[in-house]
Amino acid sequence: MTEVPLKLTAKDFRSDQEVRWCPGCGDFAILSAIQSFMPELGIPRERITFVSGIGCSSRFPYYLNTYGMHSIHGRAPAIATGLAVSRPDLSVWVVSGDGDALSIGGNHLLHALRRNVNIKILMFNNRIYGLTKGQCSPTSEFGKVTKSTPVGSRDTPFNPIAVALGSEASFVARTIDSDRKHLHSVLRAAAAHQGSAFIEIYQNCAIFNDGAFDVLKDPASRDSVLIRLEHGKPITFGATGEKCVVREPRGFGLEVADTASVPRSEIIVHDEAVPGPAYAFTLSRLSDQDLSNTPIGVFRRVARPTYESMVQEQNTAARTSATDSTPDDLLAELLHTGNTWTIR
Amino acid sequence: MAKQIQHLDRVAIRFAGDSGDGMQLTGDRFASETAILGNDLSTLPNYPAEIRAPSGSLHGVSSFQVHFAAHDVLTPGDSPDVLVAMNPAALRANLADLPPNAEIIVNTDEFTTRNLEKVGYTSNPLENDSLDGFTVHRVPLTSATIAALADFEVSKKDAERAKNMFALGLLSWMYSRPTEGTVEFLRQKFAKKPKIAAANVAAFQAGWNYGETTEDFAVRYEVKPANLLPGTYRSVNGNSALAYGLVAAGLRAHLPVFLGAYPITPASEILHELSAYKRYGVTTFQAEDEIAAVGSALGASYGGALGVTSTSGPGLALKTETLGLAVMLELPLVIVDVQRAGPSTGLPTKTEQSDLNIALFGRHGEAPLAVIAARSPADCFYAALEAARIALTYRMPVILLSDGYLANGSEPWLLPDPADLPDLRVEFATEPNGPDGKFLPYLHDPHTLARPWAVPGTPGLEHRVGGLEKANNTGAVSYVPADHDLMMRLRAARVEAIDVPDLEVEDPTGDARVLVLGWGSTYGPIGAACRKLRERGVSIAQAHLRHISPLPRNVGTVLAGYDRVIIPEMNLGQLAHVIRDRYLVDAVSYNKVNGQPFTSAELETVLEEVVRND
Ligand SMILES: Cc1ncc(C[n+]2csc(CCOP(=O)(O)OP(=O)(O)O)c2C)c(N)n1
Ligand code: SF4
Ligand SMILES: [Mg+2]
Repeated sequence: MTEVPLKLTAKDFRSDQEVRWCPGCGDFAILSAIQSFMPELGIPRERITFVSGIGCSSRFPYYLNTYGMHSIHGRAPAIATGLAVSRPDLSVWVVSGDGDALSIGGNHLLHALRRNVNIKILMFNNRIYGLTKGQCSPTSEFGKVTKSTPVGSRDTPFNPIAVALGSEASFVARTIDSDRKHLHSVLRAAAAHQGSAFIEIYQNCAIFNDGAFDVLKDPASRDSVLIRLEHGKPITFGATGEKCVVREPRGFGLEVADTASVPRSEIIVHDEAVPGPAYAFTLSRLSDQDLSNTPIGVFRRVARPTYESMVQEQNTAARTSATDSTPDDLLAELLHTGNTWTIR
Repeated sequence: MAKQIQHLDRVAIRFAGDSGDGMQLTGDRFASETAILGNDLSTLPNYPAEIRAPSGSLHGVSSFQVHFAAHDVLTPGDSPDVLVAMNPAALRANLADLPPNAEIIVNTDEFTTRNLEKVGYTSNPLENDSLDGFTVHRVPLTSATIAALADFEVSKKDAERAKNMFALGLLSWMYSRPTEGTVEFLRQKFAKKPKIAAANVAAFQAGWNYGETTEDFAVRYEVKPANLLPGTYRSVNGNSALAYGLVAAGLRAHLPVFLGAYPITPASEILHELSAYKRYGVTTFQAEDEIAAVGSALGASYGGALGVTSTSGPGLALKTETLGLAVMLELPLVIVDVQRAGPSTGLPTKTEQSDLNIALFGRHGEAPLAVIAARSPADCFYAALEAARIALTYRMPVILLSDGYLANGSEPWLLPDPADLPDLRVEFATEPNGPDGKFLPYLHDPHTLARPWAVPGTPGLEHRVGGLEKANNTGAVSYVPADHDLMMRLRAARVEAIDVPDLEVEDPTGDARVLVLGWGSTYGPIGAACRKLRERGVSIAQAHLRHISPLPRNVGTVLAGYDRVIIPEMNLGQLAHVIRDRYLVDAVSYNKVNGQPFTSAELETVLEEVVRND
């Protein structure tokens, strides 16, 4: 069969399933952004697999006309790891929620990232449990009033970017459901990355946490809180670039300063490729629970061999000269290796 | 001096010493010599639970039992006829297991006041009457070894360490074992240290000569070869055989094997072994926990590999939610549970059959799957192949039950010709199967009720699967009541559709009125008990289940043919519940849950009582 150049469009990635999220849900925008991004990958549909956990967000695979598995709560990274390791020819994506990835499935997330399995993990962060109708999640703000925390949550939330960085992730990024252009740019970078990519997508839950990210979207406020990270560019933000990121005088962190009051040379130039995770970590700590100073874009992108490639290397080394043998020959070889004796 | 030769039909020998005394190696060598001679045999090691127990202490005792005979052997032997005790701890820890008149070979050098005190002996048992009734051979094993190695260029410590080979030489002489294998083994083992090799060979020969020349050993024994099938053999324990079986399943299916596992006693060796078999198409993944272990295996199955996960009870408990998903996805998956004594951490190094309930019923919703059990160490190989056959043919998870007794026990295994093993090749779906050129991922085969296995990468068959209930054929998510009802029944019917061989009954006299029904590792002790009863003219029938879900179709008829059915289990009656419920048979349950396998002697008594009361 000769290879025909792929001419896929967003439509080719739509499945025949009726999409069933609440009106106004941020998941729609993400779905549509991904469907329109997929053709760009240049990978035939059959070689793409989406694996999800459980949650509103995890319904995602049903709506994409690729291979897909809607699995169980929190376990998608583990299942995707088995798939990716045994099928390195596939493009494997994980779709998860803040509860799915950081609560019940926290362990699997950490380990997939540290191993650098070649899977792209999209975590839709609506800072709430959507599917179970509005309990607090591990990313809900301290003090959040929800169905399960009527007088305010006493849990300190996770900073997902920091968690990923602490897990040795080689690619860590954040984006927003409503900003298709930015979403595409982050997906593009993640897809090109060899190894685990962790992408936090701020997603509006129209029913149980509506407007959670409005401060980042509202033209009146967004410029003063949103920090658009660009590799190689000084980190400035604000409508006229009046704010910037500099080193903290004390400690090893970063802080926000008035651009006018600091020498140009002191403004941090964003570098995704810093070998250690400390720089990206301090960046992730600029934003607080109120979303002031929220960096979006790629925090960290470093090259590290993928888990699959290393597993494959060991397998290939062990199989030299095995390839000419039939399966039965190989089995006979194994069974007769070591201490045997013959009864006549 | 002419030694008297005495012929024996069977012997059980236990080598016992401190963890550092090399008893496992010594026992293993003796077993190898015995195998080469052509006896049938069965062995069972017993290690301390602690990784490094204090030397000379009771809980630091390590032992290895070899049971060999001129006929086929079913168990490692109830109680040893001979005990080799390398120190007072070994004597004290094993004495209670000895039958009257047993022979004891003790290393007198270790019976120092300090060593005696360590294990609570207030007076030396070699000097009081506590060993009356046994034949005791007092051998200065340590000093005799050192003396024998006086001219060798080895340190005193290395000379002393060779005392296990002295003991092996002595026992090899006593039981007329061939020695070439051990000499060759020692040369290879210490190939890089020729002086140590020479010293060990010399110690081994000195032990042999000690038997030959010392008056204390007046009798030498012979056990004639058993009538074994000709062919090439190797010794396997249950975990090894299981690992080989999984490799064989992959090779016979022409599929890669993916093992996801998390370490746990007594199943870890399966992970260890398979991780060394990359050459044979196996990929192993040490997951972060048992949930990830089974999840990764399921992911691999989804991608077209034979997904396998191996664990023990606590791990199986963690896997249950994923097993439910596997049932929904209708994908092949093999789950190996090497059972240990539970609940909770229980007795991790002790054996039990108490996971039958969780295997059969331990999932939420009705999530039926296949459950099979291995009956002997070598049988673990065939059980693994059978688990893979069912998983691949019927696209479902299969739980394979082994246990600690099988995992560690070993026996000679007549190596099969790979071509004689079942052909497990499967076909992946490659074309749409629907009337209008669509792909129906849940269109079921009319005979096996299996759905197509369409792996990612296949053009045109893109589809979604998941844990939500679905409509038959299309696999589309469905909340329609009738669809759920249909799919529930279909999942149950697929288990019942499994082609399972009929249950065979062994009743040589043909007039038995009592049937003993078992499953799993009790096969050996039950079989040995039945054999002894029949030798005494007591008729009894034995049947042993490989398949527990589904049960063979003839079980009801078989049970109906007897006045009484007795079911011995190392649990509190789990199979008995199933049998009573399913066939309304008033089966007698005989149970033991002390972490120890049944002895054939205790079963002989129990079974005889049932026969007499019948
Ligand atoms: C084992 C298990 N426990 C609990 C649930 C119930 N459950 C379903 S989704 C969910 C939380 C989902 O929250 P999140 O991951 O943030 O996804 P969202 O719905 O917000 O997209 C919970 C608790 C479940 N399905 N399985
Ligand atoms: S509950 Fe929230 S997250 Fe879930 S579909 Fe509705 S709006 Fe979206
Ligand atoms: Mg959520």
